[in-house]
Amino acid sequence: MSVNVLPGRQAATPTPPAVSPRQSRPGLSFQARQSVSGALFVLPFLVIVVLFLALPLGYALWLSLHSESLALGNKFTGLAQYGHVFKDPEFRAGLWRVIRFGAVQIPIMLGLALVAALALDAINTRFSRVFRLIAFMPYAVPVVIGALMWGFLYSKTFGPFAGVSHVWGGGPLNFFGGHLLLISLGNVVTWAWTGYNMIVLYSALQGLPREMYEAAVVDGASPIQIAWHVKVPAIRQAISLAAIFTVIGTMQFFNEPAILARFAPDIDAGYTPNLYAYSQAFRFGAFNYSAATSFALGLTVFVLSYAYVFVTRRRAARA
Amino acid sequence: MSTTTAADTPARHAVRRDATRSPRRAGEPGTRLAHVIMGVGMLYFAVPLIWIVIAATKSQPDLLSSPALWFGHGFDLPANLRQLFREDDGVYGRWLVNTAVYSGVSALGATTLCALAGYGLARFTFPGKRFLESALLGMIMVPGTALVLPTYLLLSHIHLVNTMWAVILPSLLSPFCTYLVRVYVSESVPVELLEAARMDRAGELRIFVQVVLPMIKPVIVTVFLFTLVATWNNYFLPLVMLSESKLYPLTVGLTTWFNTAQQEGGTRMLFNLITTGALVAIVPLIIAFLMLQRFWRSGLSSGSLK
Repeated sequence: MSVNVLPGRQAATPTPPAVSPRQSRPGLSFQARQSVSGALFVLPFLVIVVLFLALPLGYALWLSLHSESLALGNKFTGLAQYGHVFKDPEFRAGLWRVIRFGAVQIPIMLGLALVAALALDAINTRFSRVFRLIAFMPYAVPVVIGALMWGFLYSKTFGPFAGVSHVWGGGPLNFFGGHLLLISLGNVVTWAWTGYNMIVLYSALQGLPREMYEAAVVDGASPIQIAWHVKVPAIRQAISLAAIFTVIGTMQFFNEPAILARFAPDIDAGYTPNLYAYSQAFRFGAFNYSAATSFALGLTVFVLSYAYVFVTRRRAARA
Repeated sequence: MSTTTAADTPARHAVRRDATRSPRRAGEPGTRLAHVIMGVGMLYFAVPLIWIVIAATKSQPDLLSSPALWFGHGFDLPANLRQLFREDDGVYGRWLVNTAVYSGVSALGATTLCALAGYGLARFTFPGKRFLESALLGMIMVPGTALVLPTYLLLSHIHLVNTMWAVILPSLLSPFCTYLVRVYVSESVPVELLEAARMDRAGELRIFVQVVLPMIKPVIVTVFLFTLVATWNNYFLPLVMLSESKLYPLTVGLTTWFNTAQQEGGTRMLFNLITTGALVAIVPLIIAFLMLQRFWRSGLSSGSLK
């Protein structure tokens, strides 16, 4: 679309101004006025950042450093809450579950997204355009409703899949228990987010200059070889950024397990760290503990992802 | 990586057209493989959507007795819709309106803030800008749900919880969108153009509205859709903030219905209302995406994650 912008831009751009604006406006303050204008443009956003990001974070930190008791009110207890959180078996089980889940689901999902993006990049037909739309569609479906739909599809009464095991003579599959439960959850997430990541990676592929793999074509490399050896390395950075955002999302895992919990009694209040923080606050009124839980989780995610971006950017800058 | 500067775009597109023409010849192994991948993918992504459309045409008994992926005995979509909007004194209609209001207002507000701030960061210098730019990347990494509980506590001190503002105000925060706009502006709005407008003594706000905004339309549409979807689909925030049923958005409302249906085994609250309600909830966004396709696709590629 930025193509359309261009002709207009060229037409609208007159010959470069002979005098710079600074000279054209006598007086002290072109620079100063520009500073003020710039700051004013940013100000409304900054207000929201302070009120709904900095303040809540600061408050969560403050809460997490205090303990509440009926007799004393809030009392400063330093890092004691964090000690409890990291020793809490429920929190640890939830965290470990989410890490295991992510270690399997994220590579599968991003791998599928990458394959789909490469396929899209290879052909441009009506078929591929329809595929692109359908694959992206789940992104527009609220996660809660996606989880509900899959819940119905998995269920023995409503869904078509529980009975597939009849083919090999088994009983109906239970998607809501045992080993299948995490796989069922993973499928809901994969369904919802593969298309989105596919579009992001596809956009990166479309941005690659054609000359990049012309040489490989001349050398007689197959499309698959080119895809794997030329295109994929070239969009490494887009892939790793998609991975970060996915990791951040996975660590906050809440909606899907919260909905599937209605089908699957195995999903308890501590199934994921975020579910745990929620139930601590709203079931037990343990707000300080809940704040410490979500702050600890948020901080872990933040530090890891920021460090990752920092390192990869460094490396990219050096290369 | 994806340095889609406005300058190199036309050349690139010309090249791409060549690139896509040659492999289109059917029969090449790469092309065949790509078609197979897409065919399988299409089936996978479409099945739940096909299911929900079919399920919304079934009555409760049909839902339980007929094959899941094919139509039942009757075509009950109109009856389901009527029942959907009549149940609980028409609360579903209210949820639909709430959702539209929350997401419309939030998306409009967030887009405005992001557009202003992104432009300010891309084309001005002022004290603290450097710091703000590096902080922006950090803000993107803060997991949103970690903010919800403390925000709830803060808002409850000033008696704002359980009002529409408790959902709208926190949704105005979108550092990622500010980042997208900033990248787009620095690539597509030439400084000389702004200087020319200043020579003509246009005010800064007027330059923004009349010169800059039309040039960055794709990213504005993208950002608007992003924030619209984020609020429309949000569950955790309204779940925490709202306790009164008539303030619920669709996501929270439908899940409360679903809870009732599950608990009572579908005796009072019927599952056909849940399926029909789910279908009605996803249709508006899908239409918005289809209509605005050409905008968000280009907007996404431009900012595409440096």
